[in-house]
Amino acid sequence: MVTNLLPLRITDLELRRAGRRILGPISLTLEGRGITVVLGPNGSGKTSLLRAMHGLERLSAGRIDWACGEAVARARQAFVFQTPILMRRSVLDCIAYPLVLDGVGRRAARAAARAMADSVGLTGVALDAPASVLSGGERQKMALARALIRQPQILFLDEPCANLDNASTREIETVLLRESARGVRIVMSTHNVGQARRLADEIVFLFAGRLHEAAPAREFFAGPATPEARAHIAGDLPT
Amino acid sequence: MIARLISSLLLVLLLATPLRAEMLRMAVTTSFANSGLADILLPEIARDTGIELQLLIVGTGQALRLGAAGDVDAVLVHSREAEEAFIAQGHATHRREIMYNDFIIVGPRHDPAHVAGAGSAAEAFARIARAGAPFVSRGDDSGTHRAELSIWSRAGVTPSGAWYRATGQGMGAALNTASGMGAYILTDRASWLNFSNRADLVLLVQGDPALFNQYAFLPVNPARHPHVRAQEAALVEAWLTGPRARELIDGYRLHGQQLFHFNATPMVTK
Amino acid sequence: MNDIVSGLTQAVRLIATLDANLVEISLRSLQVTLSATVIASALGLPLGAWLAVSRFRLRRVVIATLNALMGLPPVVVGLIVYVMLSRSGPLGVLGLLFTPTAMIIAQVIIITPIIASIAHQAIRELWADYHDLLISLHTTRAQRVATLLWDSRRALLTASLAGFGRAIGEVGAIMIVGGNIDHATRVLTTAIALETAKGDFAMALALGFVLIGLALAINLALHVLSGTERGSRW
Ligand SMILES: Nc1ncnc2c1ncn2[C@@H]1O[C@H](COP(=O)(O)OP(=O)(O)O)[C@@H](O)[C@H]1O
Ligand SMILES: [Mg+2]
Repeated sequence: MVTNLLPLRITDLELRRAGRRILGPISLTLEGRGITVVLGPNGSGKTSLLRAMHGLERLSAGRIDWACGEAVARARQAFVFQTPILMRRSVLDCIAYPLVLDGVGRRAARAAARAMADSVGLTGVALDAPASVLSGGERQKMALARALIRQPQILFLDEPCANLDNASTREIETVLLRESARGVRIVMSTHNVGQARRLADEIVFLFAGRLHEAAPAREFFAGPATPEARAHIAGDLPT
Repeated sequence: MIARLISSLLLVLLLATPLRAEMLRMAVTTSFANSGLADILLPEIARDTGIELQLLIVGTGQALRLGAAGDVDAVLVHSREAEEAFIAQGHATHRREIMYNDFIIVGPRHDPAHVAGAGSAAEAFARIARAGAPFVSRGDDSGTHRAELSIWSRAGVTPSGAWYRATGQGMGAALNTASGMGAYILTDRASWLNFSNRADLVLLVQGDPALFNQYAFLPVNPARHPHVRAQEAALVEAWLTGPRARELIDGYRLHGQQLFHFNATPMVTK
Repeated sequence: MNDIVSGLTQAVRLIATLDANLVEISLRSLQVTLSATVIASALGLPLGAWLAVSRFRLRRVVIATLNALMGLPPVVVGLIVYVMLSRSGPLGVLGLLFTPTAMIIAQVIIITPIIASIAHQAIRELWADYHDLLISLHTTRAQRVATLLWDSRRALLTASLAGFGRAIGEVGAIMIVGGNIDHATRVLTTAIALETAKGDFAMALALGFVLIGLALAINLALHVLSGTERGSRW
């Protein structure tokens, strides 16, 4: 499925904001399939990196190159924000919205949205109620369904389970594993080591805006390359 | 839902636009409109000639300007000098006198300037100026305003000072001001009879021929403005000078008083 | 006080007897003002949305101009429209002076900046919420404007109603360009001005009460029809 989209090459990427370098310089290549987890403590630059890859940030230096070119790549990826963005619409219409943009008729789009809501476990919810009535976990599932409905080849998720209880976290992880198995390339951030262990095929470890390590998950957990990574895995607070 | 609402609204609005019959747009003076005579004449004209008369109620100065710009088809005003200048400038082909009414001087009941005993309008104005009693002027270049100025000049007074208040508004507004201040004012009889906010004001001077007020009809020159409805104007002119108009104008009563005196010479067909 | 009481009684009497003149000028008021509101909304709402999502050099100038135009005295608008539409003016051939169309044009000029400005405020807030999502979904500019307009439709209804309220109570401009011609361009506000000029304060007040009632009824009707109260969680 991911034929010509990857590899994604990041070269000397830097983000400076308000006179401060918040990310980089980072050079990194994403390829193949599976789930890449961007791991790191709060404020380490995970969100900034994901947003930069997705084209939401103005680069201060460096480049981001998709194998197929920016325009094609943008059409085949989706992003789930840490705080789900609710539209002033019904749950179903929120999920159907990307299809409506693509010119799919409202009926067909809503039917597809209903199926997608089902497949992400958004059940037992009044889909015709305003999206604003949803609970935290349900909002994340709505956002996930909306991201998946265009059948993206790459799915970015920024801390998708940051504020969720265990049950909701588990449900979302199940969906992610399933989508990954179906060939969707997943790039997600988390500060939660347990989640990284459960999901990651590859780990990108950030600390204070710097790339400390990019390695297969097994390798990373077996022998983290830097003391900061080791401390993070161990759950130690930085001194 | 909102789209459906708006489209049905538009439909209603389109359907509500009325169909126009033959029409003549005429600028008339406030005094004529306020008299109520228009309400009597308009339906009769519509019935006899099939022409719907649309009246713009303005001062004489503005009425003539509307005619000069071609924004109306005819004017009915009362200021002879201005009318003759209007014709001289080629804005109208001719003027036809239709009727006259009269101006009156009203003022506070206790009459501080003692104008009630004055023999003429000019003498009354001279007394007001001498007493420095408050006087409200239209100050709007209307026919009434021009009549007032000609009385001042006859009285040998150039009105100015704190006692002389120019409002720059219509007759009704000026009357409101005068009744609020307890001031003297020159007004046409019709506006006065129709005015309900009199407070302390009473009629003090009337009957001086200098106060007579001749109305004339002037059709806008079609050579100047090809779009004017000259044919309709001619029909209305013929009607206004005819027997039916005489009967209605002379017969019109407001609060039991005759306001207008028909004095037109019937139109000779050219 | 006396005038207010007799104004109220007169208003009740006029409405109860469905006075033909009152019905006529009320309908014309509605026709002119609703047309102007619909046209001004069709212009002002997309303009407000477009200003919210666009970044161009003169954007601040346009917004400042809009805000300045909101304070434009209607009489000035009336005068300008009058001069344009007069037979001796540049658009004289259209023959629109002293017609309801001329009144609609003047009102559109008066309320479009108001509607655009309020719409801009409302949509700017929604755009801040939606920004990342709409960029992420690589929407076109037109899709963004359409989405923002649709999702802020309740706030936009308020914008349109603000324009409506300004227009239905407006007298200076439409008096000048409409001429207050009986059975042709007389509306509630110009009739009120006329009755005031005649010194008939009771009648003027009666018409004023009818005007207030009409504005209230339209506001309520639109709110009910659009279900503003129901979708309070939107
Ligand atoms: N627009 C910005 N202006 C200034 N600082 C920013 C901006 N965006 C992010 N930062 C800072 O950059 C750092 C990294 O932020 P972020 O990428 O959100 O980290 P994480 O997602 O790992 O918690 C933080 O210290 C944050 O305060
Ligand atoms: Mg973050």
